[in-house]
Amino acid sequence: MNSRRIDRIATVIFWSGALAVIFFLGAIIGYILYHGGKYIDWGFLTKPSQAISAGGGIGPQIFNTFYLLLLSMSITIPIGLLAGVYLSEYAGTNKLTEAIRLSIETLNSLPSIVVGLFGLLVFVNMTGWGYSLISGALALTVLNLPFMIRITEVSIRGVPDGLREGSLALGANHWQTICRVVLPAAFPGLISGVVITCGRVFEEAAALLFTAGMASPAMNFNQWNIFSGSSPLNPFRPAETLAVHIWKINAEGLIPDLRRVADGSAAVLILFVLGFNLTARWLGRRIHRKMTAT
Amino acid sequence: MKKAKFMVVAALCLSTVIALAGCGGQAAQQGTDNKAQQLSGNITAVGSTALQPLMEQAATQFMAKNPNAKVVVQGGGSGTGLTQVAQGAADIGNSDIYAEEKEGIDASQLTDHQICVVGMAAVVNPAITIDNLTKQQLVDIFTGKITNWNSVGGPDQKIVLVNRPKASGTRAVFKKFALGGAEEATGIEEDSSGTVRKIIHDTPGAIGYLALSYLDGSVKAVSLDGVAPNKENITTGKYLVWGYEHSYTKGKPSGVAEAFLNFMMTDEVQKNIVPQLGYIPGTEMKIVRSVDGSVKNK
Amino acid sequence: MKNNVATGAFRLNSELLGRLLTMGAAVIAIISVVSIVSFITVKGMSTFIINGVSVKEFLFSTQWWPDRPPENGGPQVGVLVFIFGSITIAALAVLLSAPLSIICAVFMAEIAPSWGQRFLQPSIELLAGIPSVVYGYIGLSLLVPFIRDNIGGMGFSILAGFLVLSIMILPTIVSVLTDSLRSLPREYKEAALALGSTRWQSICHVLIPAARNGLITGIVLGLARAFGEALAVQMVIGNMRKMPTSIIDPVITLTGAITMDMGNTPMGSLWNNALWSMGLFTLMMSCFFILVLRFVVRKGGVAR
Repeated sequence: MNSRRIDRIATVIFWSGALAVIFFLGAIIGYILYHGGKYIDWGFLTKPSQAISAGGGIGPQIFNTFYLLLLSMSITIPIGLLAGVYLSEYAGTNKLTEAIRLSIETLNSLPSIVVGLFGLLVFVNMTGWGYSLISGALALTVLNLPFMIRITEVSIRGVPDGLREGSLALGANHWQTICRVVLPAAFPGLISGVVITCGRVFEEAAALLFTAGMASPAMNFNQWNIFSGSSPLNPFRPAETLAVHIWKINAEGLIPDLRRVADGSAAVLILFVLGFNLTARWLGRRIHRKMTAT
Repeated sequence: MKKAKFMVVAALCLSTVIALAGCGGQAAQQGTDNKAQQLSGNITAVGSTALQPLMEQAATQFMAKNPNAKVVVQGGGSGTGLTQVAQGAADIGNSDIYAEEKEGIDASQLTDHQICVVGMAAVVNPAITIDNLTKQQLVDIFTGKITNWNSVGGPDQKIVLVNRPKASGTRAVFKKFALGGAEEATGIEEDSSGTVRKIIHDTPGAIGYLALSYLDGSVKAVSLDGVAPNKENITTGKYLVWGYEHSYTKGKPSGVAEAFLNFMMTDEVQKNIVPQLGYIPGTEMKIVRSVDGSVKNK
Repeated sequence: MKNNVATGAFRLNSELLGRLLTMGAAVIAIISVVSIVSFITVKGMSTFIINGVSVKEFLFSTQWWPDRPPENGGPQVGVLVFIFGSITIAALAVLLSAPLSIICAVFMAEIAPSWGQRFLQPSIELLAGIPSVVYGYIGLSLLVPFIRDNIGGMGFSILAGFLVLSIMILPTIVSVLTDSLRSLPREYKEAALALGSTRWQSICHVLIPAARNGLITGIVLGLARAFGEALAVQMVIGNMRKMPTSIIDPVITLTGAITMDMGNTPMGSLWNNALWSMGLFTLMMSCFFILVLRFVVRKGGVAR
């Protein structure tokens, strides 16, 4: 009798806790969308930004955000995934791997401005690339790699040993087991890791100020030769992302329609992140279904 | 130190090489591609966030005139600007204060270009019914001797100090010329002009200071000893709370950097963009002030 | 292509390839981790080695006057106030966020799995993609005035800081925990229910202990994030360099101070070096807390 009552109380707590979180979540997202949504129109999404006069848009910033996401993820995901596989499947449990694990977790607490200055000295100055997308992508990799590795490791460790043993017993080798059995089983966790990491790319400002820069020089959208200086695809050009733009105009902006651009950009960014998350999850579910054949 | 740096570079190059599959060499060649044109090349200007919008706008116009020249303007703060230009990592370093005033910068190798003048005003929450403060009152407020607005003839309201961070150029100028170097009492500190403006607007009894370019009517600027903080009083030397915006180059500038800095001083920039942003053109100043703060007529 | 070739040679090859590939990635990751840690250590130690500040003074003094001329007793770089602020805000944020996250994760994984997964998880992960400065701005527009008018003080406070922070670290903890709850074998729960336990008992005695690894990782990552976050927190805590006496007093954090002053101080100066030392200390501090947390949770788990 008593345990039933506790169960009921617990259920009430879970429901009310979850509802409270949903409420706050909705309030925050609603606030951002309400304040910024009314400014979003086609011109705002496509026009270049203005330094001092009103009426600027955020076209280049949107492009930069996605391009930088692509660049940094194409470095972070493979390395993070493989390193996570190594740590969880191949590395033994000794003092050294424990120390690596600990430093990976600790690195998460680096203030992103420190990563930014590290990137300024190493990627921007020492390599001579200057403020560029590639410097920004590498700085983001340094920032996100620890998280990606850790998430991979946790998701892989969550896979029951029975699955592994079954596959090995059927004659698959360790690598085949990892590719065909372990990774598909760990897939939902990996997707969450990727989605959160991407979220961090969308929102990061401090690390990018000093690496990818906070200027967006004019781009020629008809020039698709990747090595041309004015090509949007050139990874060696400086680029300002949407989050950096929001930071910049909130901090020191002198444009008269500051709130319009700042609030509008925040709303646009939220919509992008939302769209991106939903797409990634949907794709993830489909791939997962295909891989596990359920 | 050297060894550690080398290790870092080596380690990160490795991952980059893998990521890029070796297309890194291309960027370096770009700048030197077509030297035949009259003015070509890339320069980077880094530093003061206050000077950034002005430089960005000027750079856009400059590049429209010189299609082969590229000027990249970055923020990052005065300290970053000075460090980068002193190390040769940037062509132009922008700063809110003299390089001599920053500890750890060898100012002798840097050439100073004073782009414009920025005035600063003490600003208060709009609900404070005070338009003027004496210099002594201002010092007493910021050093924490006066803690209520009724001591200076205002409403019965606690004073809330809003400072910029200690390393900020705006704070350095304000402390030197408005407070006579007196040490401020500990108060709220905020990092950016935009946030300071919002906090002063929102918080009852708040006082802080802003560059004149950030005054937009949401906060109230007060006069100092009866002198209003405006362009005329600054150019004639009546109102002394102002500073130069500096662009530093390592040695004498050349090439694109020289052309760009010359362009910054033309009427096109000084008469249009500079006043539009609320800065005061250096060309209109009737007085000059040196590093040590002494003022004389031009 | 692997299907038709099942010869021993190929199997050995793919095994070797996989090993090399993952090892290579791990080496790159380790190199980048080691290089950034050594970089920060070298930079952070220069305050003590080059500028000759004593570690004791740095850690235990509350006197932060890096700009004071020598004739007035400066420069002094004591960071106790910052350390206190960082620890207080991060600890409070985790204390609030962790239970909430456990509730949310259990809710999504066990109580309302279908729409929890479809709707709730994407929206919680959405929180991770909102820029810090937007959180800061909302905190500044809504939370600070609310605290000022209803609770007291200036509004800029520890309270505002940790509330904003706990929302920011929520997605990390929830996401890691939910995934590890979901990857538990169905049998665990079914066995517990079959043995006559209520849902609460199966959650509390079987599922959460079984997902302990995910729980530790989630909280550890959240805690680390809490120490590192700067922009949003810095906008709502007032950044006052004075020991707070209550939860509605303004405070300053290590990362806040780093973010505010780093760009404005020239590299190589004592001031700038002291900021790097603060960065190094942030790392060491979160390392310490992560060790303690792991120890406590592991112990608690075993005793059950």
